[in-house]
Amino acid sequence: MRQRHIGRFAAVAVAIALAVAGCSSSSSTSGGGSTPAASGGSSGSCDVSLGFFGALTGQYANLGVNIYDGVKLAIDQHNKKNPGCQVGLVKYDSQGSPDQAPALAQQAINNPKVVGIVGPAFSGESKAADPLFAQAGLTTITPSATNPKLADNGWKTFFRILGNDNAQGPAAAKYITNVLKATKVFVVDDASEYGKGLADVVRKSLGSAVVGNDTVQSGQTDFSATVTKIKASGADAVYYGGYYPEAGLLVKQMRGAGVTATFVSDDGSKDPGFIQAAGGKDANGSILTCPCLPPDKAGGTFFADFKAAYGQEPGTYAAEGFDAANVFLAGIDAGKVTRADLLSFVASYKGQGVTKQISFDSKGEVSQVSVWAYKVENGQIVADQVIN
Amino acid sequence: MKFLIDNFWTLTSTGLTQGAIYALIALGYTLVYGVLQLINFAHSEVFMVGSFFAMWTLNALASHEGHAGALLIIGLLVLAGIAAMIGSGITALFVEFIAYRPLRRRNAPRLVFLISAIGASIAISEAFGIFISRNILPVPQLVQPKVVLTLFGSQIYNMQVIIVAASIVMMVGLDQFIRRTRLGRGVRAVAQDQDTAALMGVNKDRVIALTFLLGGLMAGGAALLYTQQFGLTRFNVGFLLGIKAFTAAVLGGIGNLRGALLGGLVLGLAENYGSALVGSQWRDVVAFVLLIVILMFRPTGILGESLGKARA
Amino acid sequence: MSTGERLQAIDLRRVRAVSGMRRWWSRLPRGTRFAVLAVVAVLLYLLPVLNPPIITTPDSDFATVLFTVTTYCLAALGLNVVVGMAGLLDLGYVGFYAVGAYSVAMFASPSSSIATKYPWLVCVPIAIALSMIAGAILGGPTLRLRGDYLAIVTLGFGEIVRLSAVNSPGLGAAAGITSIPHPPGALNGQPIFSVLDAKPYYWLGLTLVFVVVALVRNIENSRVGRSWLAIREDEDAAELMGVPTFKFKLWAFAIGAAVGGLSGAMFAGKQGFVSPDSFPVLTSVLFLAAVVVGGAGNRLGVIVGAIAVAYLPERFRGFQNSRYMIFGLALILMSIFRPQGLIPNRRREVELADRKLDEVGVEVNA
Repeated sequence: MRQRHIGRFAAVAVAIALAVAGCSSSSSTSGGGSTPAASGGSSGSCDVSLGFFGALTGQYANLGVNIYDGVKLAIDQHNKKNPGCQVGLVKYDSQGSPDQAPALAQQAINNPKVVGIVGPAFSGESKAADPLFAQAGLTTITPSATNPKLADNGWKTFFRILGNDNAQGPAAAKYITNVLKATKVFVVDDASEYGKGLADVVRKSLGSAVVGNDTVQSGQTDFSATVTKIKASGADAVYYGGYYPEAGLLVKQMRGAGVTATFVSDDGSKDPGFIQAAGGKDANGSILTCPCLPPDKAGGTFFADFKAAYGQEPGTYAAEGFDAANVFLAGIDAGKVTRADLLSFVASYKGQGVTKQISFDSKGEVSQVSVWAYKVENGQIVADQVIN
Repeated sequence: MKFLIDNFWTLTSTGLTQGAIYALIALGYTLVYGVLQLINFAHSEVFMVGSFFAMWTLNALASHEGHAGALLIIGLLVLAGIAAMIGSGITALFVEFIAYRPLRRRNAPRLVFLISAIGASIAISEAFGIFISRNILPVPQLVQPKVVLTLFGSQIYNMQVIIVAASIVMMVGLDQFIRRTRLGRGVRAVAQDQDTAALMGVNKDRVIALTFLLGGLMAGGAALLYTQQFGLTRFNVGFLLGIKAFTAAVLGGIGNLRGALLGGLVLGLAENYGSALVGSQWRDVVAFVLLIVILMFRPTGILGESLGKARA
Repeated sequence: MSTGERLQAIDLRRVRAVSGMRRWWSRLPRGTRFAVLAVVAVLLYLLPVLNPPIITTPDSDFATVLFTVTTYCLAALGLNVVVGMAGLLDLGYVGFYAVGAYSVAMFASPSSSIATKYPWLVCVPIAIALSMIAGAILGGPTLRLRGDYLAIVTLGFGEIVRLSAVNSPGLGAAAGITSIPHPPGALNGQPIFSVLDAKPYYWLGLTLVFVVVALVRNIENSRVGRSWLAIREDEDAAELMGVPTFKFKLWAFAIGAAVGGLSGAMFAGKQGFVSPDSFPVLTSVLFLAAVVVGGAGNRLGVIVGAIAVAYLPERFRGFQNSRYMIFGLALILMSIFRPQGLIPNRRREVELADRKLDEVGVEVNA
């Protein structure tokens, strides 16, 4: 149960924290047309469905629900615009567990109506399920699994609509050296695939600026040994690769012990839970990087539409889920209603999504990647700047 | 190694703080084991419910941040502590009535008690996850961290002193209760020999319920201290702590109240020193290896087992 | 106490009903029994092909679920040797399952750190051997401990295995090990054990379950099995009667671990990917629940228990959010209403009857 994906299921309430950023600039350009190609309506009956694959219940549900809401919004909008082409949505609730993933993947494959999958949401379940999808030729676009190695398996059906950890790590290092001007950095990770992978990239990028390392356990609440090490190292910045529960506790215990170094962490920590775990004020001034666009910067009317549909602002990765679903929907509208057709359509897709200009390279990675730095101010996570 | 020596006192003080919380929870395992010779696997949830009660009380009563006098803070903490103890106590009794008593009536094999306790643990924790929240929930911390004294170059914080002192007071109180009161004598009698005690006119069921309640009260106290130290709780917060506390109880000698204290402190220290030596990621491994090594040489824990026996 | 007596009497009646069925079964002619068993076996093999309407899992692939059930059956059978037969409480059984899975991953996968790239079939005996060694390593120093001390030590062992995997780059760390080869074999140029068809894995798993049941049955009826029984009933008495208890307890641990390792090897061969996330403490608890719910000591019982633990949650996916809570409640209800398990062990029936006679009710170690 103590998986490391904890942080990825950003609380639905992520939106609340982003409210500051959101309210100020939600009046973006009108013309919902930014969602790709609601073209011709291809009036013929398109009796197909998309699948959502990820955690909808259990410990890691929050992130999955964010994505699912984004996907559902895209499909609802499409079906409204195209009365002659009603696309269905099938849920595959993996609870984020690699053990449950294969049976669900097989079930999706056995359902001939399912032509595309948004997901799997996490890296662990991706490794268990994607080989099946690849074999069956069922296209997947993941809106949230950021492990770089996923793209190296030769799965032709694998696509990723956001930057992977290899993009985020160097960006974080760049921010630490160029913006924070830190010369002594202490790097901590949580031994998880995600946290350690990211922290290792940061260590490599920072080079000699790293003055100390430690690894903690996920689920741990007492970080006194780590804090003692940080204090002894005299670091002026601390990078943490991992998820928000431990990140929040770590920064709080650092401040409690009088360590004033700037705390920098990743998208797994970009969650209101981080501020809660840090007990409010101790989180202030922390920097969180994420290869995700601030929701209010998302193009078109996505932000407003989402709010109208669900009564709350979109959470982390909701916009990515929305974009991923729209890529598939564009294909379906172009008459690509078989798995094979849809696969080649996605591979050569080019279009403007709400999060970015979308096109995929030969490994399935999205071509345009932007990593944003977010800052915690007055107990809110606000967009700071894009890292170039 | 150099790091360990340089920061020995800091690691010691933080280790003792953590160990004191382990010890308080370990008492619940030890009490039930001493009387029934059963592992109460649901005790981790007894702790968890207490931490939720503490949170609810503090959320309702404490204004955020800036709080006035020390008297008010103490009053609030006492209130939250009572609430936590009530929550934990009720949960402990609930576990006894639902998962233990019906099985005792049927003379079920011991293994089955373990399974029903595990069932209760899963059900309670999941019920909180489903009906309340699966997120981490913040708890207002009333005590502002302050360095109260510097010892060998290591800073000791007020909260650390409070936790260790409160734990020791609670444990001494429990020890005296068991040793000196009439009810305590009943507990010792049942621990020694259930059937003889029953023949002597001790109400066995009531004593067992009392044992669960006492363990619950201690867990409630631990829950308040935990929320004040870390400022949060979660539906599964008891799981890892429960395993550690159980380890501590076994380490010291399960069934032995003083063993629980010693086991808790030893475990807290060993984890901290171990983390400093080989890295924090090996923390739990250090704890379990220590347990195995100690049990190899002292098969019934450091102090041996006794609730009724040694101190009769 | 009268309620207690009444409840015990009810239990006894239930147990008698089961033993009545057992007697009826053993009185059937040998040929009839064989025929019935053969039909049942064939039906079991045909399950994923028939996809029987009510039994099949509507929300996930039936064959894959059946395969998972067979891995749980194997694990429960192995754990039953330790818990049900020898009466040793093991809360870290997932450790052996993990050792088995990791052995296959390490020796078979080209992406592991040693990358010997042995085929799956070669890795299975390695996995079994390494699991046995792990069982002996754990058992050696700890088997002198009494029941509940053993419980926490084994629990610790399970966590040590998992955390060592998380923290050792050589074992793939948290990311785990991918591209583990599948079992061998080809039919008309197509591999039998492919990624997309779970049926052959299920058939293999089911066959292994039958094999292990037969092996365990033989062991149980041998000198070793009788020694285990003696140890379970009264360890001191057994020692006095000349049973080398430590040796046989160690054997129980090693044999149980070997079956667990086999189960893990199967899992790795199907999944093609192992990571520490698959081996949490909760899985140990699930295995133990399978044994106790089904009826510790009874082979058929623990298989039924494993089915209950592994199949029911997949069958009723609709209750996903609350399924663990329901599972917890079910464990309590099971313990209260069927303390001997769904299909009790014959010896335990006798125990229960004994205790009925024994008014005070002496505690029996399990």
